[in-house]
Amino acid sequence: MTTPVLYDVQGPKARRRVLVSSLVGALVLLALGALVLQRLADNEQLDYEKYEPFLTEPLLYERLFEALQNTLIAAVYALVLATVLGIVLAFGRLSQRWFIRLPAVAVVEFFRGVPLLLLILFFFLAFPLAFDVELPALWSLVLGLTLYNGAVIAEIVRAGVLAIPKGQTEAASAIGLGRGPTLRIVLLPQALRIMLPALISQLVVLLKDTSLGFVIGYAELLRTGGQLVQVLDNPIQLYLAIALIYVVINYGLSLLARWVEGRQRRKTGPGSAAPLSQLATGVDPGASAGLGGPR
Amino acid sequence: MDAVLDNLDVFVEGFTTTVSLTLLAAVGALVLGTLIAAMRVSPVPPLRWVGAAYVTLVRNTPLTVVFFLVVFGLPEVDVILSFYRFAVVALSLYTAAFVAEAVRSGINSVAAGQAEASRSVGMTFGQTLRLVVLPQAFTNIIPPLASIFIALLKNTSIAYAFGVFEGTQAMNQLVNANGADVIAIIAAAAFIYLALALLASALFGLLERTVTASR
Repeated sequence: MTTPVLYDVQGPKARRRVLVSSLVGALVLLALGALVLQRLADNEQLDYEKYEPFLTEPLLYERLFEALQNTLIAAVYALVLATVLGIVLAFGRLSQRWFIRLPAVAVVEFFRGVPLLLLILFFFLAFPLAFDVELPALWSLVLGLTLYNGAVIAEIVRAGVLAIPKGQTEAASAIGLGRGPTLRIVLLPQALRIMLPALISQLVVLLKDTSLGFVIGYAELLRTGGQLVQVLDNPIQLYLAIALIYVVINYGLSLLARWVEGRQRRKTGPGSAAPLSQLATGVDPGASAGLGGPR
Repeated sequence: MDAVLDNLDVFVEGFTTTVSLTLLAAVGALVLGTLIAAMRVSPVPPLRWVGAAYVTLVRNTPLTVVFFLVVFGLPEVDVILSFYRFAVVALSLYTAAFVAEAVRSGINSVAAGQAEASRSVGMTFGQTLRLVVLPQAFTNIIPPLASIFIALLKNTSIAYAFGVFEGTQAMNQLVNANGADVIAIIAAAAFIYLALALLASALFGLLERTVTASR
């Protein structure tokens, strides 16, 4: 975590100063917290009735659970489709033929650079008007998510394939495998293993993005929350509860990603798997500054 | 195609708001994010905890939920702003968590000797951070900051759902008015977003070259 390079190992005087500033800092934070609470109390946000539904309404949990299922369904469909699309696009981008490579590059850069909401609205608005096909909200959401995440996953797969030692490709051609079979049966299985942590991190992004479903009326967590708020009249409490659901799931997933990565690093030695997870979050220095970035 | 060319003024108006939303939220996120990063590396434990908690909570919450909390939560405690300002607040709060992570990794990437040297000439923690480490950290993190702000540009589209007249809202209104040209209109909006993202990327590239050259 924080390496204490910025300050020395503390002597008695510094320790006292840190203690004092800790107390002061804690007091300031407490004072801020108290101000917030005061404000909440003044506006009757701490009244029992705002929290009562959480204790007395089994129906609330039923609705939230249903909504969570819808969220997860959209996320799983989109993850599967996006992974398939991502692998296809990555193969396209790794192709040695320019007429395959260039379109793949264009597709990846286009879908990474366009707002996800626009893609979802495209399926939601344009399909009924242009092709006379009414797409259910779930599929508008899933297809939008698939295009965006497919482009991102394509980059993850490409980085994974490029991270594999050259000897693998050479060995494959030495036993007479062509370019396609080399990619498919030698490089991809190894790449999938390396990129697993990055893929899990991308799942966090994807899961968060399913909440865009509320725009097109898909009954996921947020949409359902909005409906519940109209009855229960406790937006702060209910939306915080929904935020908490997301935080718990996503934090669990990031712990899983870190665990998988740590296990791989122990097995394969440091360095080989590290840059990939950073590619997905995009916040570490040296990560590619593409048009995708964190969402 | 005509629907796009005839309504260029609608697009211009919408995307002007997109750009101003992005710029205001970028400034907000940069200030708040740097503050949180400074808290996370400080020698004072309670500040570190709060900084870490903020980053973990916000990064794992969807931006749309942050929007809902801001737009529907703040009026409950008598904070009533325009939707435009609510959008700036929500985008700043969300993006700040990512900026904080980038700044923190930037701080960690500055060679330890720099901080040691500043201490040996008698600088305090605040001076070390402000005068020596942060300036170097920021030049290191221009690429990740660029992707964060480009993501922010794309994220402003969510403000559309809250009645802000920005690019996506402009697109939506044009689609409603000219159903037949829906694909051309959406494609036009997509290419404007793409052009803005490329422009931002080019500007950050220029900034990076200028900064590295001056060192």
